[in-house]
Amino acid sequence: MIEGTLAWINSHLLTAVIFLPIVSLLVPMLLELFGWRLSATTWKLFALIVSGVGFGLALEVWDRFDASVGSMQMVERGGWIPDYGIHYYVGVDGISLFLVVLTAFLLPVIFVASWNEITKRVKQYIFFMMALQSGMLGAFLSLNLFLFYVFWEVMLIPMYFVIGIWGGPRKLYATVKFFIYTMVGSLLMLVGILVLVYLHYQQFPGDPITFDYIGFAGASGIIDTPIPTEGQPWWQNQVWLFLLFGVSFAIKVPLVPFHTWLPDAHVEAPTAGSVMLAGVLLKLGTYGFIRYSLPLFPIATIQLAPWIMWLAIIGIIYGALVAMVQSDVKKLVAYSSVSHLGFVILGLFALNLQGLEGAVLQMVNHGISTGALFLLIGMLYERRHVREISEFGGLARVMPVFTVFFLITTMSSIGLPALNGFVGEFLILLGTFAVSPIKVVFAISGVVLSAVYMLWMVRRVFFGPLVHDANRKLLDLSLREKLVATAMVVPMIWIGIYPATFLRPMDRSVSALLRKMETRGADLAAYQRVESGAGKKSAKVSRTVADE
Amino acid sequence: MLEHVNETIRWIPLLPLMGALVSGLWLIFARQELPRPLVIGLGCGAPMLSFALSVREVFRLATAFPAGERFFIDNLYTWISAGDFHAELSFLLDPLSAVMILVVTGVGSLIHIYSVGYMREDHRDDRGFQRFFCYLNLFTFAMLVLVLGDNLLVLFVGWEGVGLCSYLLIGFWYLDDHNAMCGQKAFIVNRIGDFGFLLGIFLLFWAFFEAGHPTIEFYAMREHVGLVAERTVTLPAWLGFLPGFPTWTLLTLAGLCLFVGACGKSAQLPLYVWLPDAMAGPTPVSALIHAATMVTAGVYMVCRLSFVYSLAPGASATIAWVGGLTAIFAATIAICQKDIKKILAYSTVSQLGYMFLAAGVGSYSAAMFHLMTHAFFKALLFLGAGAVIFGMQHEQNIEKMGGLRRYMPWTHWTFLIGVLAISGAPPLSGFFSKDEILLGVYAAHAMPGHMALWWIGLVTAGLTAFYMFRLYFLTFSGASRAPMQLQTRIREQPVVILMPLFLLAGLAIVGGLVGLPDAYGEALFSLPSSNSLHYFLDESVVSATHVVPPAREFALAGLAVLIAAGGAFFAVFLYYYRTDLVPRVTAALRPLYQLVWRKYYVDELYSLAVVRPLVRISDAFLYRTIDVRMIDRLGVDGTAGFVRGVADRGLKLVQTGLMQSYVFVMLLGSVLLIAYLVGGL
Repeated sequence: MIEGTLAWINSHLLTAVIFLPIVSLLVPMLLELFGWRLSATTWKLFALIVSGVGFGLALEVWDRFDASVGSMQMVERGGWIPDYGIHYYVGVDGISLFLVVLTAFLLPVIFVASWNEITKRVKQYIFFMMALQSGMLGAFLSLNLFLFYVFWEVMLIPMYFVIGIWGGPRKLYATVKFFIYTMVGSLLMLVGILVLVYLHYQQFPGDPITFDYIGFAGASGIIDTPIPTEGQPWWQNQVWLFLLFGVSFAIKVPLVPFHTWLPDAHVEAPTAGSVMLAGVLLKLGTYGFIRYSLPLFPIATIQLAPWIMWLAIIGIIYGALVAMVQSDVKKLVAYSSVSHLGFVILGLFALNLQGLEGAVLQMVNHGISTGALFLLIGMLYERRHVREISEFGGLARVMPVFTVFFLITTMSSIGLPALNGFVGEFLILLGTFAVSPIKVVFAISGVVLSAVYMLWMVRRVFFGPLVHDANRKLLDLSLREKLVATAMVVPMIWIGIYPATFLRPMDRSVSALLRKMETRGADLAAYQRVESGAGKKSAKVSRTVADE
Repeated sequence: MLEHVNETIRWIPLLPLMGALVSGLWLIFARQELPRPLVIGLGCGAPMLSFALSVREVFRLATAFPAGERFFIDNLYTWISAGDFHAELSFLLDPLSAVMILVVTGVGSLIHIYSVGYMREDHRDDRGFQRFFCYLNLFTFAMLVLVLGDNLLVLFVGWEGVGLCSYLLIGFWYLDDHNAMCGQKAFIVNRIGDFGFLLGIFLLFWAFFEAGHPTIEFYAMREHVGLVAERTVTLPAWLGFLPGFPTWTLLTLAGLCLFVGACGKSAQLPLYVWLPDAMAGPTPVSALIHAATMVTAGVYMVCRLSFVYSLAPGASATIAWVGGLTAIFAATIAICQKDIKKILAYSTVSQLGYMFLAAGVGSYSAAMFHLMTHAFFKALLFLGAGAVIFGMQHEQNIEKMGGLRRYMPWTHWTFLIGVLAISGAPPLSGFFSKDEILLGVYAAHAMPGHMALWWIGLVTAGLTAFYMFRLYFLTFSGASRAPMQLQTRIREQPVVILMPLFLLAGLAIVGGLVGLPDAYGEALFSLPSSNSLHYFLDESVVSATHVVPPAREFALAGLAVLIAAGGAFFAVFLYYYRTDLVPRVTAALRPLYQLVWRKYYVDELYSLAVVRPLVRISDAFLYRTIDVRMIDRLGVDGTAGFVRGVADRGLKLVQTGLMQSYVFVMLLGSVLLIAYLVGGL
């Protein structure tokens, strides 16, 4: 039986990666059902082992991944509700690969980090974290819009409970806000998906209805948006579809002005929730843009890109400025996320190789750096149970090792060369510069401001005299905590000094995406000639996409 | 271009890195210091080995190959590459970086040794001693990466790395909030400079990309720079006040952007403000980072990109003027300061201005020459100041010193040598390098206002001599103004501190001979081309050539010496013979004195005009008004309230709770939307 299972996993690796976290919980559940009393520690240990195995499976995906192929790999497809074109359809390419690895990497780290933090309702906590994990991995890997939507929704619910049950004093407010924002977004996306499928059906009456948006050998039809032509109803314009999806993604990223749920959610969430939120959940927004908006609505993307880039720049500067004046450590880091993800969006919509690769890498970087910041802040919170910056000061004296790790993470977050953040930021800015130098001028001010807010915080927390007596007795990191911190610092340095490991597998997939955008750019040029007679924008468009 | 692969080069930066890693990781994971001899052996051994290696490789470079072929390349791997962008992690040893690594590892090693004495009392429970050497080694590594980097991006790695170490070392005694503030200020001001640096990299890369040679490697760019020389950029209309509007050459723009970075790192107007505050760090740090090496990185970068600047006269003129103005501006501030390290700091800013002045007029080798001699005498002065501060039990105010000549004779003599060298007394090193700079400025006929700059340079030389001799007399001569119980405890420093002083004093005396100007060589020793440094460097930089007849050269040098002597004599008069006059002079010039003493209120201005408004706007407007009041209260809570209202009043059917009503209303909305979009054709 074990051999059979292993063989099955071997041939269904991605499915195993997605469902291992949630399905494995059957084991302790059944044991308990049959009368075994498992202690909280046993549950935690079990969760740790399973998440470790999950990370191992993700590494196996990485190992099997063929960097010389730009299309989807390790694809699995099966009917789910085939009459309506809904398939269980998953696959991985260079864009999703490292997000999957990152997600799988963070879970065991989180379990180790929150070993002592979670004391109440341990079983439920593990269940929700596992469900969240499965949902996120599924969302990254699915290739069918309906399946994607299901995973997208599935991961919201556990997150909602993680904040609601293990959160801080204002957890109810935070969860309601989180819920409203993301629900609005999800529903708009659902509308978008349904309209898209309907349009496709209308456009190609002979085709079966399908929610697959990437072709599968032997299957007929994938979703494609029609090229708008003259005389069509206005709503068939890709822009509307783009906006329906885009708002949903923008809320998740979050782009200003859809960001106010994030600081509250972060502040109230327990460490594990914050890390998952910053580390992975936000990336689903940017991932949504790159995976769905860009290839499905290329014309709208090209048309709207300048505006979205400005929105991203506003987010970069706005997030940084607001982060600068926060008095709560977690809120500060939350606003810094707004700023950092602005960079990711900027790189995505530069629509060239440097910008896109930088953006994808920066998603991973942000997951590691900000995830690490939240983990470290969590360690501090466990000791003092406050997050106000003014409650600290002089911690370098009592917690030197903690200070070192925090400083490295800070430097990674503000983009010091030879650490991960720089590589991503640099490529993003380099790519953006080819499209619009003036935008880079504004965006770089975010780089300056990031040093301002992070270093102000570091100084007030770690340097200066020990003014509060409560801080005098703080213990430095335990072995377990050092392990967690080290696990986070290693990828920072790795990506920083040898980013090729992560950039090369992306090349083909990103190029393939850009090629698709490029052909659509040509379509757009044709379309605009129809629209405006002379085609005044066409020259600019072809320049945008030609930088492959 | 002929290159010679040499895989030994990498060990020059890697050795100090290993030193830093071993001591750093030990501190993190063992949580205690290594035995002190081991710390010293590791901390000083790494840079000394690196120095030995540098000497060997530079010697090979200079002797084994004919001029024009002196390049060692050591390519490790491709660091960042995406599409056409490739940044190799590779090191380049050519004459320019050769001079730099010798200064960095040589002076650096001496300062490491000095630190053994200087930091010996740092408390063991804080692990300060080992932490200090860890940072110092890390700095040496980063600085070597900076100067050995083969392309702009590797240079930038070092550039940021030294900034990080500077931050860590300024705030080394972090328990004092002031030190931490100063470190933070240094980092942030440097970041502002990086703003320009990054833009410069982007401009150059995409320009070369469009010219068909996507590269950021120095020699490749130099080879193809002609292809982008003609490219222009059109400035937006609101920049109409700029000279040359509306089109600039791209190289001018790129050069200026990169120079903004240099202004930050090398403390030039208007970004110099961090350097005086950087004196909060331990004195060896001030000597190594904030005098001899890191702050000269901007000068090095300009020299490294001389092929860009030689084609960008506008950028070069800006550099020359910023350098000249900084030189005189900082010199005036130095006159009134009372803190021994602050005086030296402003003096450093001023001398860096000199170097930029030279680079701006195209005398790149003169800039490098002064960089080198300055490293000798300014490190000497700082280390001497450190010895004084140590001897005075951490007193830094020169008004409370006096008479130290009797207590610390060796420190006194070496310090005097430093003072003479920086003042440009012949034949010490500073004389030759300063002379070459002034000559270059004098002869730079193509530069607008080069005579004005020359006068600025001369006046600065006079001011320099004045404030340095003021410092010298207030510190070392006359009667001691220290409290009685302190006077009895002032001692000469141990040999570990004095030895670096002696060696640096020796270098400050004879260091100028490697760049002995041809005219002197001819006249004194009948050597035809005695300026070996200049000829050595000339392969790496694109120098402007100017010919001044030897007689005129000697006359100019004489004038410079005269002016410097005037400044020195004025200081002797005021601070040695007629010390009673000083209070009367300052009283008579009260408003002016106040202005200069408060450093022209620049810090206050920046705080008032930039920092505070930014914080106020961010807090009161962006955060509290937009985020909290508008988006949250009106948008989110408002919507929630509206939904709740609707649910409560209109839809009594759905009364099971808040969440359900939202879901219901939202679902209803979506259905209507779909119906409208799909059905309402």
